[in-house]
Amino acid sequence: MKRLLLLVAGLLLAGSVWAASPLPGDSIYHLPLQLTMQNGQQQWLSARRGRAQLVTMFYTHCQMVCPMIIDSLRLTRNALEPSVRGQVDLLAVSFDPVHDDVATLRAYAEKRRLDPPIWTLARAEPAQVRQLSGVLGLQYRQLPDGEFNHSSELILLDVDGRIAARTTVIGKLDPAFVKTVSEVVSRP
Amino acid sequence: MRAWLVLVLVCLGLMLARPAAAEYAALPGGSFTSVLPADGKLAPAQVAPFRMRTELVTNGEFLAFVKAHPEWQRDKVASILADARYLTHWEDSGTLGDGARSRQPVTRISWFAAQAYCESEHARLPSWYEWEFAAAADATRPDARKDAAWRESILSWYGRPSSTALPQVGGVANVYGVRDMNGLVWEWVDDFNALMVASDSRQQGDPDLLKFCGAGALSMQEKENYAVLMRIAMLSALKAADTTNNMGFRCAKSK
Repeated sequence: MKRLLLLVAGLLLAGSVWAASPLPGDSIYHLPLQLTMQNGQQQWLSARRGRAQLVTMFYTHCQMVCPMIIDSLRLTRNALEPSVRGQVDLLAVSFDPVHDDVATLRAYAEKRRLDPPIWTLARAEPAQVRQLSGVLGLQYRQLPDGEFNHSSELILLDVDGRIAARTTVIGKLDPAFVKTVSEVVSRP
Repeated sequence: MRAWLVLVLVCLGLMLARPAAAEYAALPGGSFTSVLPADGKLAPAQVAPFRMRTELVTNGEFLAFVKAHPEWQRDKVASILADARYLTHWEDSGTLGDGARSRQPVTRISWFAAQAYCESEHARLPSWYEWEFAAAADATRPDARKDAAWRESILSWYGRPSSTALPQVGGVANVYGVRDMNGLVWEWVDDFNALMVASDSRQQGDPDLLKFCGAGALSMQEKENYAVLMRIAMLSALKAADTTNNMGFRCAKSK
């Protein structure tokens, strides 16, 4: 029991040390944004600090490009050396919070085998989706038929939430991007 | 009875001490021919009834905002939310000084900062369609866009050298009571990063073409409307943290 308490105290201490180091000014974790993940739990975007992230935005009922975006995310991660791969999380946030509720995200994740904890599919409130697209530099627009036009990119965030690299190559592997991800994640 | 009187006097005092609340005018909305067709081809925009701030947000108003919300002062804000030029025409983070008059529209403002300000007024930034709808009116007509002379007068503003000092807010009101929609500053809209996405990106098969591509979204039906097209080009070129010498904002509310 005492050992457990010590462990908890140690974790809390480590957490506070981490929190104490100031966030760089160009970190997207300055955005006070709450994600709701495919398991229904909520998470502050800034809670993802501490691990590198490959991030994209998509929506589940998109037939053409979005499946390719998800495939590209998977391809990119699989192309990394196993030691690097284990340090990278994948985050895909929906452009379409009206349709993409938790149940829809979960069903999509199960169908496409996007398993936690590696994969996080998430939604946020509409105004916050626009803010996230703002910090990520992505564009999107809803059409009258309910579909979306959107930029399709994969974005690498370093452990502090700074945009370290991005690629617009979708549907096949971008070797230059894979190389940059390896370098950034392996950086001491 | 006396207590009641004191209460009234205190309330009155509080009301007088507070800066006048911003005015919002009601606009009817409706089906609207935008330079940016809703489907990228011909479909008109559908604008729900809304309210628009009659005046642009001024330096004086934004100063009061950063005093109440110090996280938006220029020496405190994170660079991902506002670039290095943010509010640099002010004397310091809490003083306007000679370079910024209280009644001039605030500029050198990022999209994030503009959003935060509007939230403090229980409002939001207007959508592009709301902005374009409000800007189509002149003093007597809800839609003056077919009038070549009117279009010309708006266009002349774009030729004005940007080195001259910005006029104060409070120009002639349009038919809805909204002022300075044209001829004073560029304005942020909520969906500034939604304007140049090609409408047919989902159909493109070549993976290299899947990133957005802009030109297809504008309607050549409205090609005489250069002034509005320039607004779209300007907004599309900006990132959410960018600030420029002539980009200001106003807020809107849903009905």
